[in-house]
Amino acid sequence: MNPIANLELETASHPEALTRTVIEPITRVEGHGKVTLLMDEQNHVKQARLHIVEFRGFEKFIQGRPYWEAPVMVQRLCGICPVSHHLAAAKAIDTFVGARQLTPTAEKLRRLMHCGQTLQSHALHFFHLASPDLLFGFGADVATRNIIGVIQAHPALAVQGVKLRKYGQEVIRVLAGKRVHGILAIPGGVNKTLSREDREYLLKDIDQMVTWSQDAVGIVGKLFTDNQTEFERFGSFRSNFLSLTTSKGDFELYDGGLRARDDKGQDIFDHVNYAHYLRYLHEEVKSWSYMKFPFIVSLGNDEGWYRVGPLARINNARFMGTPLAEEARKAFMAMGKGEPIHATLAYHWARMIEMLYAAEAIRDLLQDPDILGTDLMTQGERATEGVGVIEAPRGTLIHHYKIDEHDAIVKANLIVATTHNNTAMNAAVREVAAHYLDGKVLTEGLLNHIEVAIRAYDPCLSCATQALGRMPLHVELWDAEGQLVDRLVKGADGTLSDELG
Amino acid sequence: MTHTFFLDDQEIPFREGQSVLQAALSAGHYIPHLCWRPQLEPHSSCRLCTVIINGRPFSSCTQPAMKDQKVDCDTPELQALRKAVLQMIFVEGNHYCPSCEESGSCRLQAMAYHLGLQDNRFPQQFPIRERDNSHPDVNMDRDRCIRCETCVRASRDLDGKNVFGIHGRGIKSKLAVNAPSGLLKDTDVSAEDQAVALCPTGCLTVKRVGFKVPIGQRIYDKESISAMALKEFQAEEAAHG
Ligand code: SF4
Ligand code: SF4
Ligand code: FES
Repeated sequence: MNPIANLELETASHPEALTRTVIEPITRVEGHGKVTLLMDEQNHVKQARLHIVEFRGFEKFIQGRPYWEAPVMVQRLCGICPVSHHLAAAKAIDTFVGARQLTPTAEKLRRLMHCGQTLQSHALHFFHLASPDLLFGFGADVATRNIIGVIQAHPALAVQGVKLRKYGQEVIRVLAGKRVHGILAIPGGVNKTLSREDREYLLKDIDQMVTWSQDAVGIVGKLFTDNQTEFERFGSFRSNFLSLTTSKGDFELYDGGLRARDDKGQDIFDHVNYAHYLRYLHEEVKSWSYMKFPFIVSLGNDEGWYRVGPLARINNARFMGTPLAEEARKAFMAMGKGEPIHATLAYHWARMIEMLYAAEAIRDLLQDPDILGTDLMTQGERATEGVGVIEAPRGTLIHHYKIDEHDAIVKANLIVATTHNNTAMNAAVREVAAHYLDGKVLTEGLLNHIEVAIRAYDPCLSCATQALGRMPLHVELWDAEGQLVDRLVKGADGTLSDELG
Repeated sequence: MTHTFFLDDQEIPFREGQSVLQAALSAGHYIPHLCWRPQLEPHSSCRLCTVIINGRPFSSCTQPAMKDQKVDCDTPELQALRKAVLQMIFVEGNHYCPSCEESGSCRLQAMAYHLGLQDNRFPQQFPIRERDNSHPDVNMDRDRCIRCETCVRASRDLDGKNVFGIHGRGIKSKLAVNAPSGLLKDTDVSAEDQAVALCPTGCLTVKRVGFKVPIGQRIYDKESISAMALKEFQAEEAAHG
């Protein structure tokens, strides 16, 4: 396969003689991350790295807790996709009560909740976090390149974004009892039926949501085709892709087998029972990053890295189960001429196709007679080890637990989407640094290019909830002796000030 | 013959032998309380039911109602006192309500809502407490124990078993079980015991029930703790007089 893009920039050969630039924290991504750039005196980029502080305390914290607490407790891991953690944990924990196949009603209610989460998360990402860059340009004046700017220049679009998100949250609230940190999934099923009134309430606006999602696909698709050369080039590299698919190889968000494809679209593995993920995926530790780097075992750690999330799912799918999304998928895939799409910015397009899928799937599920069913629970032969995998908005999410004979959790392992994408995001950062920043005096607009590349992956950096909207940005320049020689600070109003100079 | 006393200037009838709390509940007036339960002997440990009689504080769950006495209950001072007492109870344990299965049906939590608790006020003690999940059907999470001895009384007086006790004093005191191993699995407790059912918190719970009751249908989602207490009292009166 392809070598990792610009790998020589991962570790500089003589770091001691270089100037260090730190971008921290990254704006408009969830949580906390840091980019460091090492540059020589001619401003040539010699090393570019994305460091993510991953929260690993949870695996310890949950030890000794009864297993039925896990799907509730894990929601605290992430302020932005608690439902994904809730459902992935619940799927793992179904195993402990021997629920191999949920009742149709229980499974469909969980799917409905998951689609609500996907809709609200994708809407939030596109309208609030990504659209300022895409609509105004990556290096545009920071005074307008923000959500306020979007609201002023494209008020109707901004309102749609808010309403799509709100709708997704309403789906979650109706099912889980609360908009955030509610509870629906319990071991072996769900704890609540959907009432007729609630179904009618959600059906009322769903056609509008489908239409708006369709519009959003159109907007991103047009942006992409209008700027094809730049968008295809920006932060791009070839890679493998990993996702769940159905047994037929179709698009899937809630359940299925693991499929990995190479950069040409050939299967590396397919229909893998995710309970055996450890046979196929390993994680590499690198001394300079807290976050691990997963890879496909058969390809090894140099070549086995991959991408997950919207782009991976669409690339890996043979077909999408809802008509409008399927149509959009075909138009999107045509760009690749038979090969997977590799552009980093194509994530935005793929994400909107998924939002459309989620809206259509919500409509289908609400109209499904099973959704009003009352048979909610199932159980069978108990087991003491369980794996749950789900396609969270950001990508494949793995939860793995072991319990003892007293129902207490003794071991937990989680691999979140942002970790799967760790190598890829680093590759994107290096690519942008080499292409856009090399040899130039850094400005806010140039530095934003790096963030644009990272934001395309929608990372939930430390699974923390802050960082919605604009955060201040610090850029530090260090000399060869490790002395801080300059610090650029971007204020909340977007102005750059030079603190030491 | 019935006598009356005055609770916050309202005339309350009472029967001989009734406590101030019982008489108040009988008449449909709520006085906050945690360790007192209609089925059990009073214990007078939580102090939430404190009222002022003739200028002095008394636990209304043990104080006998007396003819013509003036009882202050719903005063700003007493509500502040109750709040402080409750805040102390919270910081003396480890309560993570969001992932606690008792949430929504927990008396302690409901009381916090009732009294409008917003913060801890006192420094969190983070006591180290042992969890006991050795029993096949009953879970014991001492982090959530408020040492109200409801289980002690219920096991002894309703279940006829004597499974529980409190060891030690003050902040160091802890819930103990009646077995040489100190483990719940070696006692004769069972999931049907009143001791388990009446525990006001998530300390004693039946295993594998977890979060089966959806949000919106849990006890205190539907009814305030004061309305529930009145109902429970009336039910107990109707059953046992
Ligand atoms: S026992 Fe009650 S107060 Fe304590 S954590 Fe559970 S719900 Fe909260
Ligand atoms: S276990 Fe429950 S009933 Fe017993 S003392 Fe603790 S909180 Fe009270
Ligand atoms: S209820 Fe009276 S002291 Fe607890």
